[in-house]
Amino acid sequence: MKPPPFGYTRPRSLDEALATLSTHGPDARPLAGGQSLIPLLNLRLARPSLLVDLAFIPGLADVQAENGTVVLGAMVRQRAVERDALIAQRVPLLAEATRLVGHPPIRNRGTVGGSLAHADPSAEYPAIALALDAELVVRSASGERVVPARDFFVDLFTTALAPGELLTAVRIPVPPPGTGWAIQEIARRHGDFALAGAAVLLRKTGDGTCEHAAIALFGVATRPLRVTAAEHALTGQPLTAESIREAAALAVEAIDEPLSDVHGSAAYRQRMAEVVARRALEEANRRAGT
Amino acid sequence: MARVSIGLTVNGQAVSAEVEPRVTLADFLRDELGLTGTKLGCEHGVCGACTVLVDGAAVRSCLMLAVQAEGADVLTIEGLSHNGLHPVQEAFWEHHGLQCGFCTPGMVLTAYAFLQERPDPSDEEIREALAGNLCRCTGYQNIVAAVRAAAGKLAAAS
Repeated sequence: MKPPPFGYTRPRSLDEALATLSTHGPDARPLAGGQSLIPLLNLRLARPSLLVDLAFIPGLADVQAENGTVVLGAMVRQRAVERDALIAQRVPLLAEATRLVGHPPIRNRGTVGGSLAHADPSAEYPAIALALDAELVVRSASGERVVPARDFFVDLFTTALAPGELLTAVRIPVPPPGTGWAIQEIARRHGDFALAGAAVLLRKTGDGTCEHAAIALFGVATRPLRVTAAEHALTGQPLTAESIREAAALAVEAIDEPLSDVHGSAAYRQRMAEVVARRALEEANRRAGT
Repeated sequence: MARVSIGLTVNGQAVSAEVEPRVTLADFLRDELGLTGTKLGCEHGVCGACTVLVDGAAVRSCLMLAVQAEGADVLTIEGLSHNGLHPVQEAFWEHHGLQCGFCTPGMVLTAYAFLQERPDPSDEEIREALAGNLCRCTGYQNIVAAVRAAAGKLAAAS
């Protein structure tokens, strides 16, 4: 239960960090809050030759609002997200999801970028990024590119990040006023990884017709999923108990590569996906204004 | 691997050392500084036994490398009180909030940090705050009672 030996460097600028990552390639791993990477090191499931500590680089831990977008630096601690008044007001889904991430001591260290780049299929942030149509800002020694969340999460613990690339920020479009939102999950204890979870955004017109629906599942497949079939089924339809139940039933069909482990079988997680999707749709519908 | 120089404050004392990068903060505190009040249970962030305060915030010292504590202010169970027991420790003693005691330093420091943020918590909030700390002896009832009593002691003292 002790990490294997590795080198350690503490860059003082983003350029220095990117140059180091570029030189060392896949043997170097960025270290953000360490709440996923250090357990992997302790269990010897990861064996990098060099850790590049991002904590001493100025400017990576800012929360900014610009033109209808909230931009979070990759090193913003989860605890800071939880306490941020701007986020609570503009992206309440993110604030609520944060309270489901691990326990307070984990959130005190854990970062936004670390959770997104680790891409645990049971984690809340990747699903939230998908539901909110967030964009991920990726830098390398050769420049910057912006990856939509729906192209970022590729597979189990696998993202679109190439060796030498670093996630530096996430841009979240602020949902229009009146947007209903909800996150629901089933876990063994508060703070444990979800066995099934759903994040939902809904907008409706004055007569209760669904204008926009975003439904993301987590904890059920090898990566977070958007349930586009259910989104299409709801859009343009009245939001009723019946239409919500039918949409939630479509959640199961989106699960192409189900997760199954000692904590929950594939069959259990599939059943629960429908349950959390329905609960999240109902809650988002109650919160949605017109 | 090349050792790295670090400077930090532990329980109010300035500490400087040369450490291997792979040494966790927990092992540094225990093996280098002899502060064995910090316990190691699972060593992958599940049990909470190794909880210490870093810059005032409760963290898992098994999920932090000593090199990451550069410049930090660390508080361990040994530094919680210099003069008898801290009110949180007293409350654990009076309410039998421990049996074997292995999880206790982590429980006490988690409760201490929690009560600073939320001085008058509900039982539900206490349970949520302690959800990341495992105890295999008590069944938690007396730990919740101890934290509730500690909140009262701290309120009375302030």
